[in-house]
Formats: sequence, structure tokens, C-alpha cells
Amino acid sequence: MKQMNLLQAVNQALTLAMERDASVLCFGEDVGHFGGVFRATSGLQDKYGEDRCFNTPLTEQGIVGFANGLAAKGLKPVAEIQFADYIFPAFDQLVNETAKFRYRSGNQFNVGGLVVRTPYGGGIAGGHYHSQSPEAYFVHTPGLRVVVPRGPVQAKGLLLAAIACPDPVIFFEPKRLYRAAVAEVDEGYYQLPLDRAEVVREGSDITLLAWGAQMDYLLKAADLADNAGISCEVIDLQSLLPWDEDTVVESVLKTGRLLISHEAPLTGGFGAEIAATVQERCFLYLESPIARVCGLDTPFPLALEKRYMPDQHRIFDAINATMNF
Amino acid sequence: MTNPNNATITLVHRIRFVDGHGLTIPTFRLLKDDGHLYADAIAPELDKEQALAMYHSMVATRLLDERMLAAQRQGRISFYLQSLGEEAQAVASAAALAPEDMILAQYREQGALLHRGFTLAQFMSQLFSNEDDLGKGRQMPVHYGCRELNFMTISSPLATQIPQATGVAYGQRLAGESAITLCYFGEGAASEGDFHAGLNMAAVLKTPVIFFCRNNGYAISTPASEQFVGDGIASRAVGYGIRTLRVDGADTLAVFEATRQARQLMLDDPQPMLIEAMSYRLGAHSSSDDPSGYRSQAEEERWRKRDPIGRYRLWLQHQGWLNEDDDRRHRDELRRQILEAMKQAEQRAKPALESLVEDVYAAVPRHLERQLAGLKHPSSGRQGEDA
Repeated sequence: MKQMNLLQAVNQALTLAMERDASVLCFGEDVGHFGGVFRATSGLQDKYGEDRCFNTPLTEQGIVGFANGLAAKGLKPVAEIQFADYIFPAFDQLVNETAKFRYRSGNQFNVGGLVVRTPYGGGIAGGHYHSQSPEAYFVHTPGLRVVVPRGPVQAKGLLLAAIACPDPVIFFEPKRLYRAAVAEVDEGYYQLPLDRAEVVREGSDITLLAWGAQMDYLLKAADLADNAGISCEVIDLQSLLPWDEDTVVESVLKTGRLLISHEAPLTGGFGAEIAATVQERCFLYLESPIARVCGLDTPFPLALEKRYMPDQHRIFDAINATMNF
Repeated sequence: MTNPNNATITLVHRIRFVDGHGLTIPTFRLLKDDGHLYADAIAPELDKEQALAMYHSMVATRLLDERMLAAQRQGRISFYLQSLGEEAQAVASAAALAPEDMILAQYREQGALLHRGFTLAQFMSQLFSNEDDLGKGRQMPVHYGCRELNFMTISSPLATQIPQATGVAYGQRLAGESAITLCYFGEGAASEGDFHAGLNMAAVLKTPVIFFCRNNGYAISTPASEQFVGDGIASRAVGYGIRTLRVDGADTLAVFEATRQARQLMLDDPQPMLIEAMSYRLGAHSSSDDPSGYRSQAEEERWRKRDPIGRYRLWLQHQGWLNEDDDRRHRDELRRQILEAMKQAEQRAKPALESLVEDVYAAVPRHLERQLAGLKHPSSGRQGEDA
């Protein structure tokens, strides 16, 4: 076991994956010698050569199109999109190509083994082009897997599972936590399941659900609630597509209440999908309406970032409102 | 003097804007319209068997197109794309490849797939979306694909295969395979961002991929004159540092030789190449299109006289490799086979309901199992119910 931050955990996962399997390649903008804008790929080019870890031209559609071709050829590309805000030029390649390769060819061709890593989310004073959480666009696309780790242990295990997965994965890394989240991490090779939510804390009064960087606020809010005598069950969804309905439903059947929090705008956010499913499966057990604490339906602000973020205080307020419905 | 990119810099002290006039790229052609070689032209090394195989693939492509366009008009299939006037470029370029070379196509290269050995039954299964379709009936007609023949399944969105071809070729290079990738697209697709992204990456990463542009004059109803300015698509590749050749796309021998030599060059020295084949899309863009709204009969007639199959047939006759009786008998037999394959495919069942949720992921996930069960037993209530 070794103390490391989320970024170091990602780097270690990539190192292990490239070590074990010569078909794993890491590429993207600045990821070569420089090690990527956040240094997630540091040292990989030195260890594995310029053929397997390299810079590409600045072309997100090119990077993902190229990765599609490589993966269809049977290799395992781990492509970095420098910021999730810049994933949109690659949207067509991801949604029309990556997601549908297997389906449209009757499983003659697929791009399993493809992973797109991309830092997402706010809290770094990045304004509206360095802070977006675009997961909802992708969870609407059958054929993709969408994974978001909340800390170093999860980042390493989920990323290794993503690289080994026979389906293409978009791996959103919470950049606010890159250096802030530190934990004891197993230095060996391990995978965490891609289709399981994790019950991070057990409780009996209300279920709190989030993923990625938002888990940090959720746990702080659960502490505030605990001090106020409210017992929160806290769940990290981890995999957004496909998502682990059963773990969430089971928890809500027990607590009778659900609060979902995400940083992305409220309207059309993934919280809406979860709320719809849970009310369908738990209707007679619900003791209050399902609460959503989310970003506003605005571009991500710069100056008012702290007000925009659905932080522990806004979540705690919503917990109280739900408990007193 | 060189800049950091190792490009030579020439200094001048008077303004001189550079334009395309100095960059006009010539067109490689071997066969004259009468089927004889130009005086200084050298025919590619082709034996009778190979030469006739190409001819038969072109003829079969045309007959298949004719029949299926008629089938579309009869309402038997929903859509069709013919390659009338472009048979030579697809067939002759594919003929210059080895079977292990990968092909990523657009949607007008049925000739390449046919030449690789895709059977009439396989074509028909795709066109009729029956249970034998390798793509399991999920795509519109003409979106073929065949793993066994190294022919990647076609996607509708334009130009997406171009950066993918760069990736496939990089994988081939990395694996040390002596194989290359050939990527077809039209001149309209060269306007897409994916074209520029794919070419630039290929040049920088030195991948063995042939970008084969079928410059056929029209992108649906938009003429090439409204698609790009300057010297065609070839000059764009030059700008990316990619070796480039322009060829007469209606000259079977020239297309074959151009592709053969491009392939040989990149096997010895991994790098991309672009071949711009100049031709004319004699038919409509698709069965949903009517060219009479945007071009004249006279224009079409001019090109009809330059039919690539006709020119090649004359060469084969001059070689003493083809006579009219054999040709006619062969065509009649092909027509019969096509009709028979169509009747067979039409009668086959549609894919099973289960296939709806298959291949979305490697294994069918729980939520899709639930949704399928809901579809099978609608009376059970909600869409996501367990069976």
C-alpha cells in the first residue's frame, strides 16, 4: 500500500496496463514526453517508447477516430482528451462510431478496449470552458460505458477494468480531486467492477447518491446530517452507463428517501433518469419526493463558481427539506 | 535556413502571394478511349486471369446495381446506392491490394467488396435485412461489412472512416504486419473535419494508409465547384506532406497500377499516400436523388461515352482475352444468378427479436435484458419489468 493522489493512481494504472499488455497505447495532446497537461501520462513514453505513448495533432475528432481504428484492429488505445469541455468535436466519432461499431456490424467489428480518459468538472476556477460535466450526453448513448471515479483507489481499479473491458469506456476524471484526493492505494494490479455502485456509508433515514467529485460534497453533507441526528446512506454510482439500479433501489426501499446530486445542469441531467427509475420501482415506499441538488441550467460560471457548485451546504439544506416533507 | 519543423525557409524581400496556379497536379492515364495504350505508357504486369477477374467484377457490380435499383423502384428494398461510371476505381484499386490489407469504405465501393469475394447471397442478405445479414439487419441497404474479407462495416456519417483508417494502419505498422489500409471517400467528404484530422495524423504518425478519393464531380446535388476551390483534393494532401497522385478514375489499368505502386512504396517505407481518382458519378447519388434537377442530359451523355467498362473491354479485346460471345453469355448467367440470389434472400426470415439488444455491449447488460422482457410481455406493465 502506498499513499498517492488520484493523478498518481491514474498514472500507476496506465503504467501497469502498458506493462502487462503491449497492445495498450496512450496518446493525445501533449501526453508524450510532457506527460499531459495534468501529468497523468508522466514517464510512460520513457518506459514504453514513442510508438506506444505519443503526442497527436490538436484534433479531438482525429484522436477518437484514430482510436476507433486502432481498437477495431484489436489494440487497446487509451486516448486522452485534454478537458472534457473539448470532447465535443469528437462527439460524432464517439456517439455514431465508437458506440455503434459492434451493433452495426453484427459484432464483426468492435472497439472494445477503447478508453477515452478526460478530466471533467468545476471547482478549479476554470470558467465555462474548463469546468463542464458532460456525462449526460453520453449516458444517452447505448454502446458506451461511462465511468467516473471518486478517489485514487477507485480511479486505479476502475481504469484498469475499463482498459480490460470488451466495451468502449469514457472515463471522466474529477480534476478538482486530482491532487486533493489522497488515499492508501494497493500498488499491485487490481480491477474494480464496472457495473456496481458502492455503498460508501450505511444509514437508515435517507439515501444520498452521487458520483465522481460530487461524492466529496455528499460525504461532507452526510457528516453535517449525522450531527443533526439524520442517518444517511451514501452511494457512489461509479458506473453511469450501465448503472446499478438494484443497489440504488434496494437502498431506497430501506430508507424511503432519495437525494441525487450532480454538478452538471439540472435539466436533462442524469439525476432525472435515476429519479424516474426509482419512483417507478419504489413508488409505494417513498416517504418524500426524490430530491435533486444539481448545477444550474447555465454555462459554468467563473466569478460565481462557489455559489454555482452544489456543495455540502446546499445538499444539507435539501436533506432537511426532504426529512421534513 | 530551416524552422523548427525542418521546413526550408526561402527569404524574399518583395511580397509574393502564393496561389494554386503553380501547383496543378497532372493526371496519370494509361489507356486511350479506344482501348489502346498511350505511346509512352507501360501496361501493368497483369496476366489474363487477373485482368478478366477485374472485368468480371466491374460487370457484376453494374448488373447488381441495375437489378437492385429496379428492386428499389419496385418497393422491394427501401434504398440503394449505385456506382455507375465508377466501377473501375473501386474494383481496380481493390485488385491491387493483398487480401490481408484492410479496406475502410464509404458507400459506393460495392465493386471492391465484390472483387474481394463477397457473394451475391451476402449482398442480398444485407440489402434485404434478413437473418443471414452479417450486420444482423441493423443498417440501411448498402452498408456492407465483412470481417473475413477485411472490409470494415460502413457507417453513414460522412468521412468518419478517414481518421479510423489512420488508426487501423498505425495498428498494422505496430504489429509489424506487411499489410496496409485503403480508405475510400468522395470529394465531398474531404470537406469534413475528419478528413483533415485523419490526413494530418497519418502524415505525422507515418501510417501505411492509402487515402483513395473518388472525385466524381458531385456530392449529392452539390457540384465539385461548390465543394472546394483550388486544385482538387490532391493538393490538400500535398499540404499535409503526403505523397499524392492523381489518376484517371475511369482507366482501369491506371487505377490498378497507381494503387499497386502506392502500396509497394508504403510497405518499404511506412507513410500515407493519397490517390485522387477523377471520374464522374453517372448515376444519381442514391435512389432518393434525382439528378435531372441539378445537371443536364448533355453533361451526362458526354460522360456516358467515357464509360470505364467500355474502355477496359476494348483493351481486353485488343489483348485477345475477351470475345463478344463469351461476354454476352457471362452477363446472361450473372443476371440469372443475381435474380436467383434476390429471390432467395427475399424469402429468408428477419433477424430474431433478441438481436435487438445484442451487440450493444459485449454481453447483454441487465437493463437491456429487462427492456427486452418488457417488449416480449407487454402485459406485465412497465417497460423495464423482469420476465
